[in-house]
Amino acid sequence: MITLVALPILIPFVLIIGMLVCRSDKLARWLGPVASGLLLLLTVVLFVFVQKHGVLAIQMGGWEAPFGITLVVDYLSALMLVVSAIILFVIAVYALNFLPDSININRFFIFFFGLAMGMNGAFVTGDVFNLFVWFEVMLMSSFVLITMGRSKDQLEGGIKYLALNLVGSLLFLAGVGLLYGKTGTLNMAHLAEILKNDDQAILMNTSAVLFFIAFGIKAAVFPLYFWLPASYHTPNITISSLFAGLLTKVGVYTFIRFFTLFFVHDPQFWHQILLVVAGFTMVAGGLAAAAHYETRRILSYHIISQIGYMIMGLGIFTPLAIAGAIFFTLHNMIAKTNTFLVSGMINKARGTFELKEIGGLFKESPLTAILFMIPAFALAGVPPISGFFAKFILIKAGIENGNYVITAVAIFTAMLTLYSMIKIWNEAFLKKQPGNGNPGRSYSFSFAEYFPSVLLGIVSILMGIFAMYVFGYTMEAANQLINPDLYIETVLKGIKL
Amino acid sequence: MEIVLAIVVGILYTAGVYLMLRRSILKFIIGLIFMSNATNLLVFLSAGLVSGSPVFVDGEKINAEVMADPLPQALVLTAIVIGLGIVVFTLALKYKFFELTGTDDLDQLKKTDN
Repeated sequence: MITLVALPILIPFVLIIGMLVCRSDKLARWLGPVASGLLLLLTVVLFVFVQKHGVLAIQMGGWEAPFGITLVVDYLSALMLVVSAIILFVIAVYALNFLPDSININRFFIFFFGLAMGMNGAFVTGDVFNLFVWFEVMLMSSFVLITMGRSKDQLEGGIKYLALNLVGSLLFLAGVGLLYGKTGTLNMAHLAEILKNDDQAILMNTSAVLFFIAFGIKAAVFPLYFWLPASYHTPNITISSLFAGLLTKVGVYTFIRFFTLFFVHDPQFWHQILLVVAGFTMVAGGLAAAAHYETRRILSYHIISQIGYMIMGLGIFTPLAIAGAIFFTLHNMIAKTNTFLVSGMINKARGTFELKEIGGLFKESPLTAILFMIPAFALAGVPPISGFFAKFILIKAGIENGNYVITAVAIFTAMLTLYSMIKIWNEAFLKKQPGNGNPGRSYSFSFAEYFPSVLLGIVSILMGIFAMYVFGYTMEAANQLINPDLYIETVLKGIKL
Repeated sequence: MEIVLAIVVGILYTAGVYLMLRRSILKFIIGLIFMSNATNLLVFLSAGLVSGSPVFVDGEKINAEVMADPLPQALVLTAIVIGLGIVVFTLALKYKFFELTGTDDLDQLKKTDN
């Protein structure tokens, strides 16, 4: 049962090898969706086990905890695994219909599973250096994916994406070095154990700053986000959607993990910084999104704006706020990916992403309009759908804890979100087709093309209707993070060093 | 010895940052190599230097108190391999971009920004 923990990494690995050897497009078209479905099933099973046992841990290679590499799954990891597996599955289905012929589907799926492997690895690992390696696996796959079409824009966007992320990786590695130099361990649980009773923990700030900048680049927070809007609109929409849902959220996950488990020595300083960064991230992303008229650019800036909410939850640092941040991350992964999927459908129907050149889609394809409305309402926070509860929890936590400024900023940003969503809605769906009123081409979608977006829409609505259960899980996750004793106990098994 | 290497790390970082801020993509990549080597050296130094007592070489004779810490060495090996892969990919990307646009000037990369 316990070896299940390694499977989210092993399954994609086996698939990559298989696809490298076979190189059959027909096989890849089947294998991609089926295997990601399998991955989804597996993560759900893992989640059930976590519910039963609390925290699952496995020592790789038979070395005991602080020496070997540990894989750990707690509530936070399990939730992230399940939701990212949903997105992987949906994108695998979406790729079958929306990937252009110029991209070989077998190659796409090789790097798709490379990204899945790196991401799952980052979610389950309990070792800081191992986390660095998984980050690199994920980054390498994303570098290849983003430049896959080899157009001028994609290479240019790829260079910018690569440049900033590599600097981030180097800072990460430097942070690992300093961390090891000071504590002599890289096992997260062991680090938490050591730093808990260390009166010199303030010295950890040097490596904490390096990690903060490295994760800040990966999560695209305020002064470090410029690679994201410069590159996310260049690749094929399938790849953009994949990145939009997953990449930055891995950065947020590591933020939550590091700053709850062991960088807790200097809360006044760090929480203040996190809150300031969160506020600027929200507003900067929201304003930039309001200024653009290309769907992918609007949505890219909007990713940044939403990252602010997750960091805000971490900065307030009460159990309720962290539960809100996790809820928000889960909801945002689903809804954000869905808006990208729908913008891909708009592009397929009209041949462009420019809002000024499209219109009249409501009449032509009402179902597409509804499919856009669900994630847009979710992001804006309209009550029955997931986003409302996510924002509600965060704002409630902010007011209860007396962080009035950031709460006001969050509410203001919600208006900006609503504005940019309404803009896409008005321009693409409601207004008449510009020009002679004739779209020139009309496209009717098949069921297979609707399916990914429908599925994510249903998940969004269910997360809203059954918000109580989802909140229960995230609250459980937050409690595990605030009191990491169970995590430490499970990993170290009471070994004292 | 540590002091000397610490200064070398500093010089490598300086050179790396300087090259990264130049306008040429190729110089950016060279800067990246410098920074990545500086980081590797930093990780290697993190456990301190011990001369002449490597682990796992002559079995039981060695005393755990004085032997060199093998972990940073293993980390650096991994980091070097990753760095190599990244540099190769970056060079390939730069080559492809140069083939398509004929420019090595970072100031020409403005199209996807706004």
